[in-house]
Amino acid sequence: MATKLVEVQKLKKWFPIKGGIFSTVVASVKAVDEVDFFIYQGETLGLVGESGSGKTTAGRTLLKLLQPTGGKIQYKGADITDYSPTQMRPLRRNMQIMFQDPYGSLNPRMPVGDIIQEPLDVHVIGTRKERHDAVTTMMETVGLRPEYEKRYPHEFSGGQRQRIGLARALILNPELLVLDEPISALDVSIQSQIINLLQELQQRLNLTYLFIAHDLAVVRHMSDRVAVMYLGKVVETAENDELFDHPLHPYTQALLSAVPVPDPDVKRERIILQGDIPSPVNPPSGCHFRTRCPYAMPICKEQEPAVVEAAPGHTVSCHLLTKK
Amino acid sequence: MAEKALEAKKKGQQKTSDEYSYIGMVTHRLKRHKLAMAGVIMLVLMLVFVFVGPLVWRLDPNEQIEGLEGMFLTPSREHPMGTDDYGRDVLARMFYGGRISLSIGFISAVSSTLIGAFVGLVAGYYGGWIDNLLMRFTDAMLSIPTFPLLIALASVMGKGVTQIIMVIVVFGWMSDARLVRGMVLSLKEQEYVEAARAIGASAGRIMWRHLFPNTLAVLIVSTTIGIGSAIIYEASISFLGFGVQAPVASWGNMLQNAQQFIWTAPRLIVYPGMAIFLTVLGFNFFGDGLRDAIDPKLKL
Repeated sequence: MATKLVEVQKLKKWFPIKGGIFSTVVASVKAVDEVDFFIYQGETLGLVGESGSGKTTAGRTLLKLLQPTGGKIQYKGADITDYSPTQMRPLRRNMQIMFQDPYGSLNPRMPVGDIIQEPLDVHVIGTRKERHDAVTTMMETVGLRPEYEKRYPHEFSGGQRQRIGLARALILNPELLVLDEPISALDVSIQSQIINLLQELQQRLNLTYLFIAHDLAVVRHMSDRVAVMYLGKVVETAENDELFDHPLHPYTQALLSAVPVPDPDVKRERIILQGDIPSPVNPPSGCHFRTRCPYAMPICKEQEPAVVEAAPGHTVSCHLLTKK
Repeated sequence: MAEKALEAKKKGQQKTSDEYSYIGMVTHRLKRHKLAMAGVIMLVLMLVFVFVGPLVWRLDPNEQIEGLEGMFLTPSREHPMGTDDYGRDVLARMFYGGRISLSIGFISAVSSTLIGAFVGLVAGYYGGWIDNLLMRFTDAMLSIPTFPLLIALASVMGKGVTQIIMVIVVFGWMSDARLVRGMVLSLKEQEYVEAARAIGASAGRIMWRHLFPNTLAVLIVSTTIGIGSAIIYEASISFLGFGVQAPVASWGNMLQNAQQFIWTAPRLIVYPGMAIFLTVLGFNFFGDGLRDAIDPKLKL
């Protein structure tokens, strides 16, 4: 657990908004704005936040599926921020992604065997027969019947399709797997199957996960450490239990208070946030959360809060903690 | 009981071996498509007529019966479709004209679709200045009046079947390019394209394996319609005197030639007209069926 597999520093991804006659850049959607986090080898980092907080963009920029606007991405100590697509190609074997949408992430015109085999074809691994055998093994590993390899994606259920997507991501034997809300499109009963499969495979194949989700119960179940995102920023990072037992950032506290507890006698104070998440085109000055924060102070408007290490491995950026 | 039912169901779901290859699957599904089979039968009959016919009916399409009594003969044993205004056997001319019309239609429609698809794929996938360049070129090509340029081209390149095919292709790929570009713009945002990039697939692979197959349905329909219009286009070019040159026959120039005799010998219009009609209809039926057959989502 000691070595960091990936680390991002001040990672930025801004999407330009073009307008006017000459389609000049009039503004930018600051989807990810100076984000820092790292993932240890073999662990699961949960990345949570509400819709529009930039967690998916962070995951895709990390894999360089989107070119970062600024900052630094380090993979195994090497700076891959400015790698060209050709330089990235060999690295793609080590870093893979599983998508949220079980319908859009599989080519409807390709049999699933071909879909799972494609990574091997792209990287020219093994003979034709070896590739086919690998597909058979991988289909069994993720719990699909190998004789279905000639079928098309629409012949499968949502849960089965996620297994196909997982098989495609795992066939190259990657080290890092970004799970981009892999279960949020599934039924609750299927969710647990996929979660168990993911945990079992992590053990067996020694995988490192970046688990992007908004379901806090699942994140708590899956993750070793958790990072909370709000409007393009990571506001709090801590080990799993530490974060869930001692949330320090007002946003994390509000999020956690919304998790249902399966005990009718427990009376809790729910913190209900007012209003919507502000537009990432024009984020509030200072602390991004101040417009909805119950403890907002004058300084929150003027200064961006610095990152404070409140406990070992527990970092927060909030003026409530810097002031003391 | 329940087990038996389950087993029976399994058997029903089991696919036969020929369904395991892509071509096998498409043929299998095509066979179950009634309209497509009607189209196939029409096209096969047409091909047999055009390619086997001359082996059975050994008459020279350019041989004339001398004298006035050889003109406009009504159908008889010797000339099943009669003779035309030069006293030539119409059946023989239908055979040889059909060969030329069918090859012009097929070759030019398929190649213009392929070129259009390529331009559309590249423009849509790369976007930016490549897209701009290719699409403005497409617009420019669309705005060129065909016929004046055709006359110029004909005087430079000469007249003949190859030249006609080239002309039809050069002026025929633009609509397919626009069609494909539009589809690619939406397809490339799909997650499976992102997944392909995530595994490190090259741009060429993404275009060929992921984007092209998903535009195929529309392209097939467009090609089959293109075959029909190419045959008709050839007819109008021939009419202007820049197409298939007399005495070589094509259905198009036979049709145009027969116009003058519409009152004296209306059957001269009916034969090539019917042939063009049936061919175009056959291609359209077949194209519809093929579009359905390659779509794995449709149950056939």
